[in-house]
Amino acid sequence: MSAPPERESEPRDGHVAEELRAELPGLGVVSLRLPAPRTQRSPKGVQEHLDVLSTRFRGADALALRQRPVPHAYRVAFRHVGLDPDATRTPIEAAAVERLVQGGFRSRGLLDDALTIALMETGVPLWALDADAVHGDLWLRLARHGEQLGGEPEGMPLPDGQIVVADAHAPLAPLFGDPAASRAARKGTRNLLLFALRVDGVPLMHVEEALWQCVGVLDGA
Amino acid sequence: MVVIADRQAAPCLGGETDEAPARRALRAQIARLEHELASLTAEVKPRDGVSWPIGGENGPRLLGIGALERVRDDLAERLHEVRETLAARAAREAEKRALLERMLRDPARHRFVRISAADVGEPGCGVWHVRPRLGLIGMLMGWWQVKLSSGCPLPRPAAGPA
Repeated sequence: MSAPPERESEPRDGHVAEELRAELPGLGVVSLRLPAPRTQRSPKGVQEHLDVLSTRFRGADALALRQRPVPHAYRVAFRHVGLDPDATRTPIEAAAVERLVQGGFRSRGLLDDALTIALMETGVPLWALDADAVHGDLWLRLARHGEQLGGEPEGMPLPDGQIVVADAHAPLAPLFGDPAASRAARKGTRNLLLFALRVDGVPLMHVEEALWQCVGVLDGA
Repeated sequence: MVVIADRQAAPCLGGETDEAPARRALRAQIARLEHELASLTAEVKPRDGVSWPIGGENGPRLLGIGALERVRDDLAERLHEVRETLAARAAREAEKRALLERMLRDPARHRFVRISAADVGEPGCGVWHVRPRLGLIGMLMGWWQVKLSSGCPLPRPAAGPA
């Protein structure tokens, strides 16, 4: 029987492997555990919030996005780890493109909507894990030889030395990538572990604000 | 922030610890180049045909000096290309603006010349066109004028099956 849902009162600053800390001093992972929302669909208030964001965010904003400090910091972080943000879009730029293509932020369920709202309001990307499928604290490290995403035999093989978000047992997600399906929050998840990636140039307080924004949306539903 | 050593996964940075300052300097240069590129984004128009991607690694990793230099050099090259493209466009637009002024001053010497708003760097679909007044009569009499078309064509429904 799983433990009753509980909420952490403060976001938790995760561990960072020494070689990463030495090379990328601003990089970090911040997480917060909370009970999963009981409803899957977004209530009207959340859908209205998405509509307001859609109205507020236009083509000109998308063009100017990369000049704003926080999205710019994530672009630089992408470059520093060898990702090309013009090929592998940063989360906020991916959301912006989706907004322009679809004509608005479409509701895709309460959790996804809360993550989108927090992303667009703060520029900080968040992901949600099934807290009961995570062992110990999150940390950032390099993938070891032969490791697979999610730590399962059918998981995607990770190249040696790739930067990953991991728990005590296995890599859960590539840096800036989506978590393994088996560890991501899904229907039936009782407890969530929200996490955000912090990069150089983005203050911890701003990252925490993103987490609280997401929690606020989930709580208000 | 808690820092722990992960001895099982040593990074392949291809260098000694004394290369760390060089890697830091390269990262600072990359950040600066990215900032300069970002500041030019709003000035670039789709018809400039600028290709932004420079290519990257297969997944996020710690980059050694060689890889960081490659990123820095590719960004510098892209920045140079973007600046050249913008400078060439500015020169083309200045040339067209000068031609437009000459057209307006003396239409008869610029018969049937067309200059679009895009040619002079202005928004919209307007076109300045030197045409004869009253058609054939104007042509014969040498009555030339510059007409500015009204703008973008109205949207039409897509052609369906007949």
